[in-house]
Amino acid sequence: MTRDLARRALLRTMRQPANIIPVLVFPMLLVAINSSGLQAATKLPGFPGDSYLDFAIAVPFVQGGLFAMMNAGTDLATDIESGFMRRLALTPVGGTSLLLGQVAGVVALSFVAAIAYLGIGFIAGVTIASGAAGVVALVVLAVMIGLMFSSIGAFVGLRTGSPQAVQGFFPLFFVFLFLSSANIPRDLMQQEWFKTIATINPVSYLVEGVRSLVITGWDPSALWPAVAVLLVGIAAGGFAASRAMRGSLVRT
Amino acid sequence: MREFTSTARGVAWRSIHLTVTNPAFLLPAVIFPLIFYIAFAGGLSSVGNVPGFEYPAGYDTFQFGFVLLQASAFGGVFSGFGIAADFERGFARRYFLAAAHREAILVGYWLGALGRATLTAGLLTIVALVTGMRPLSSPLQGVELALLAALVCTAAMLFACGVAMRLKTVQAGPAMQMPVFLALFLAPVFVPLNLVAGWVHSVASVNPITALMDGARDLLAGEHVAAGLVYGTAAAMVAVFGIWALRGLRSAERTGA
Repeated sequence: MTRDLARRALLRTMRQPANIIPVLVFPMLLVAINSSGLQAATKLPGFPGDSYLDFAIAVPFVQGGLFAMMNAGTDLATDIESGFMRRLALTPVGGTSLLLGQVAGVVALSFVAAIAYLGIGFIAGVTIASGAAGVVALVVLAVMIGLMFSSIGAFVGLRTGSPQAVQGFFPLFFVFLFLSSANIPRDLMQQEWFKTIATINPVSYLVEGVRSLVITGWDPSALWPAVAVLLVGIAAGGFAASRAMRGSLVRT
Repeated sequence: MREFTSTARGVAWRSIHLTVTNPAFLLPAVIFPLIFYIAFAGGLSSVGNVPGFEYPAGYDTFQFGFVLLQASAFGGVFSGFGIAADFERGFARRYFLAAAHREAILVGYWLGALGRATLTAGLLTIVALVTGMRPLSSPLQGVELALLAALVCTAAMLFACGVAMRLKTVQAGPAMQMPVFLALFLAPVFVPLNLVAGWVHSVASVNPITALMDGARDLLAGEHVAAGLVYGTAAAMVAVFGIWALRGLRSAERTGA
């Protein structure tokens, strides 16, 4: 049953251009614009590397996760609205299995998106300092980021049961990306208040972890915080979403 | 004439009333420009130290020029969302039946857009000044900047209105939002044009928004403004998108609201 749900979620995600295009196009478009607009920032003393494209390619991995969150939440909320969840409630399958099946499509999209980001990045001239193993690690991180954000999206979708409400939450999470070290290293932030916000913002550690594999190589001081944020995020998001799923099944 | 102004006033009042009483409409319009300003002026302030970056009023003022125009443009775009929603709910049909001069409906939506943009730009200006922005413009240049922002809002509103009147669905939101978003970001957002690299430099060199952004930044820095180029470009955009919106109105009349 979980496998069937996963297959359904996968087909539903991949068949809808509205699910795929924003994840693939929008983040790369922003990278393309920012890497030209902010190339001059590489002349700042202390900026890591001399290519803003290498610096910025980490951002789509997190931004794609935010889109995954919206897709997962919207899909689940649509299932509640359309009554599909009510039918699932009659089956003997547990809430966690249902949840895993439902988010599978979004996680698969994160995998495809990571390959696309890297492919386009390579064509544009990105070099990966951590080598071939680093490419694998980047894809693994992208899938984990997708899983974390989709579990948060699933939680919101299950709690609200409204696709519109999920989409209303999306800008709120986007703020986390803007208030992080996505555009400039924390060391080079002049405004102390912004640096403080970026330092307590977990999204900074996700971006820095991905970025370290691209421009530094294997840097445990950047990678471990990213992995820690992901593990905690997946555990917390998964726990909250499975509780919300249980509540949703009881209600239906 | 009295009927015309009465219709325009009614549409404008409803548009502004819906904005200020519905947090789902108000918050994105207000919060996004503030977030952009905080993220760009606060997070990227060290970009002001890049060799060759010469802007006397500081990086926060430089970014304010961009965010002000962005907020004004999106004040117009959000009006397009409202028009599309009116078509979906059938309210536009009532407007079309009731209005003696249907152009007055457009004018009403335009006034509503200006009201929304004024609210957002006012809040943005207060936040920027409180957090340390120090523009070097004279009071007259402040008025000129407000006029420029109003023209940008008008052009964006007319563009979005033309799309909304033709497609008549809120699902057309990306078709209203994305072109405006791209036009704004394909101008010199983070640094002056001479420091923009690669293909964006080529696009920004021919993008009319670049002239408007440079004009807004010159006004904020108290410098001489190429008024003919800046206001001529803005007026041309208003004229072109005005025709687009009017033809959209005719199309909506023909096909039935």
